[in-house]
Amino acid sequence: MTTLIGLAALAMHVSLMLALAPVLVGFIRWTRARLMGRIGPSVWQPWRDLLRLARKQPVLAENASWLFRAAPATAFAATLAAAALVPGFALGMATAPLSDLLAIIGLLTFARCTLALAGLDTGTAFGGIGAARDMTYATFAEPAMLLVIFTLALLVGTTNLDAIAQMLREAAVGLRVSLGLALVAILAVAIAENGRIPVDNPATHLELTMVHEAMVLEYSARHLALIDWAAALKLLLWMTLIVAIFAPFGTADAESGLLVWLLAVPAWGLKVGVLAAVLAAFESATAKMRVFRVPEFLGVALLLGVLAAVFLFVSQGFV
Amino acid sequence: MDSPGGFGNFSYDLAHLLGGAVLVLTFGLLYQRRLTAVINTYSVQSWALAAAAAWQGWVQGSAELYVAALIALSVKGVVIPIALHRIVRRLDIHRTVEAAMGVFPSMALGVALVVLAILLVLPSTMESQVLTREDLALALSVVLLGHLMLITRRTALTQVVGFMSIENGLILGAVGVRGMPLVVELSVAVLVLVGAVVFGVFFFRIRERFDSLDDSHLDRVGEAHR
Repeated sequence: MTTLIGLAALAMHVSLMLALAPVLVGFIRWTRARLMGRIGPSVWQPWRDLLRLARKQPVLAENASWLFRAAPATAFAATLAAAALVPGFALGMATAPLSDLLAIIGLLTFARCTLALAGLDTGTAFGGIGAARDMTYATFAEPAMLLVIFTLALLVGTTNLDAIAQMLREAAVGLRVSLGLALVAILAVAIAENGRIPVDNPATHLELTMVHEAMVLEYSARHLALIDWAAALKLLLWMTLIVAIFAPFGTADAESGLLVWLLAVPAWGLKVGVLAAVLAAFESATAKMRVFRVPEFLGVALLLGVLAAVFLFVSQGFV
Repeated sequence: MDSPGGFGNFSYDLAHLLGGAVLVLTFGLLYQRRLTAVINTYSVQSWALAAAAAWQGWVQGSAELYVAALIALSVKGVVIPIALHRIVRRLDIHRTVEAAMGVFPSMALGVALVVLAILLVLPSTMESQVLTREDLALALSVVLLGHLMLITRRTALTQVVGFMSIENGLILGAVGVRGMPLVVELSVAVLVLVGAVVFGVFFFRIRERFDSLDDSHLDRVGEAHR
């Protein structure tokens, strides 16, 4: 019975993630447009774009290999698998025993590497430069993320995200400086991983400094739709991950039944919505940084991760 | 795992978190290179300090700490930043980018200093509560980072901000400990204000003389006299 309930919660979680990811992107675009004094497209616009792209016939470069064709689906599948592991509105879903933070980051890295290979596959300059930059950023973002995971593991005693969220929801560890530092670090990592504004500009195709958009420049139609959907899903995944760790209140337990779930879903939506609004405000207020400043930015995240771990040693007194 | 009077105690946790915010903002000072951004970060750091002081006032039930918070908020959070912004505008240096040590090396040094502060504070306060111990470690880190900023920055204005960030660290340490006399806080605040005025005059003098706020010019003055 518990397994069945866990599966039901999982099914609901995955369908919500899939359905809401493009809406989240639409919401961020709309908020940014409003903040800049424009009317902005409807929040359903990303969904309309996806449907439009899905109807079109893909155009492939002459020298594109099987890798180029397989990459969008592979990246999407890896991202979806990671999304199924992150607890959203409910803890204790069927995937809870598997939801290891390292596994989630590994799946996302796999998706990123697949797209980078596909970017290199056609041999165009844009794809190459985008892939190279994307992998460079990943190299700098990953150590910072690992330190955040390390801090959480020291604090809670496990790298299982579900267990971490549960412990933090029960407030068993209290407010900690380490958690505050880890939050700043993970926000920087999330910005870099999702290619949001100080690191990459998701809204442009016409800049030499673009990263993710350059990497997928050769894609069209349903391939592009899958890639865009995966990118939106990844953004929602990161936001869900951050609220699961740092704002775990209001999540339901999978066993507690449908009524509690229905209360927990708006709570989750609200938390992610607030985070999205903050992101939109932040993006409106900042300019994109130079490519060579990005390693510095992520280096700072890394150092904050180190500090978080160091302070944990102080407070637990095993120096 | 937790010691008595330590974690899980909300009043302590929040105080600690506000101290952590001051520390992160001090790192923000090291990260910023544009003058206006440095001044703005300093101002936000002072607000965080004011919040920390006010929270301590609430916890300890002491009115003096509210006054300290008010001083931090008004003088250091508003008046001094406005004055510094004015200086920047009058000297027309708002587009200046600090040519100091790279961001990553200075941040790495900063983390090393925080570790040093922790290693210093921990053994010397082993018998006191976890509470004061961590507050002291945080405050000492902020002070050391201020010194680092004084050393690594080249223009006089960012050095002044570093100096005032040291003072913020001292206040952070002081509000955490029970019973800091208001007189001390008042005199320190006045001192800093006077310091800011003196520095302001000083800036114009340096500027008149060398057409720049880069104080490496001052080294050459000494050489010429020798």
